Amino acid sequence: MTKNLTSLFAGILFGLGLAISQMVNPQKVIAFLDITGNWDPSLILVMFAAVAVSFVGFRLVTKQSTPLVETRFRIPDRTDIDSKLVCGAALFGIGWGMAGYCPGPAISALLSGSYEPLIFVTAMFAGFGINQRMTRT
Amino acid sequence: MESYTPYSALIGGAFIGLAAVVLLWCNGRIAGISGIVSGLLQPAKGDSGWRICFILGLLIGAACYLWLTPPAFEPRTGFSNIKLIVAGLLVGIGTSLGSGCTSGHGVCGVSRLSIRSIIATVTFLGTGMLTVYFLTKF
Repeated sequence: MTKNLTSLFAGILFGLGLAISQMVNPQKVIAFLDITGNWDPSLILVMFAAVAVSFVGFRLVTKQSTPLVETRFRIPDRTDIDSKLVCGAALFGIGWGMAGYCPGPAISALLSGSYEPLIFVTAMFAGFGINQRMTRT
Repeated sequence: MESYTPYSALIGGAFIGLAAVVLLWCNGRIAGISGIVSGLLQPAKGDSGWRICFILGLLIGAACYLWLTPPAFEPRTGFSNIKLIVAGLLVGIGTSLGSGCTSGHGVCGVSRLSIRSIIATVTFLGTGMLTVYFLTKF
């Protein structure tokens, strides 16, 4: 139960961050990716601030031997660069540039009143399913 | 540069970083949205509750801010549904295949100086910028 509450709290902070920074606005995201047009560099600062806070925070947190409400830390430890990683990231970037949504902002914008996130998130779930089916053997 | 918003970007970014720190500190998990969400499609026992709660939190946090503050932007209208569907499919397949998105690789992975995440972030920023370039120029 406690782990659900802490997760809910983290989710609320994340959703607030996405809304405050306007990452939930796909036009803002596309303006950031449009480096040869009317470029809006704001999202670099979003990333900079997020990385700065977590860079320091992660180092403090992982000094503990276990998390507060779970038995162990689950942190990825892979270091190999494979074609799945690069192709996946490349496809993701194309979709991101096409519509201006990545997963977090699209989900966070579901209650914003626009119908766009609903269509996007439904297709995104289909995409998760397609990939899970393709890689399951 | 008419819509440059440095302060809201820095404050919002700090909230995102804080959220990632809280989730790791409490739950020992990386705040990668695509991973948290797609994990629901292959549920393991006792592993879905925290995922659903995190997603509920995203909705609550963003909705509260968007509903309670004056609108910061005009919603986009008349955008192609086909584009939304193709983009959603690509983002779903791509983040699933590449094990992460802007949050998991771009924020958490880069903060951990993970080489995989740094490569992924450079790649999706690159293809994202190229896509916008081609869609606006041609």
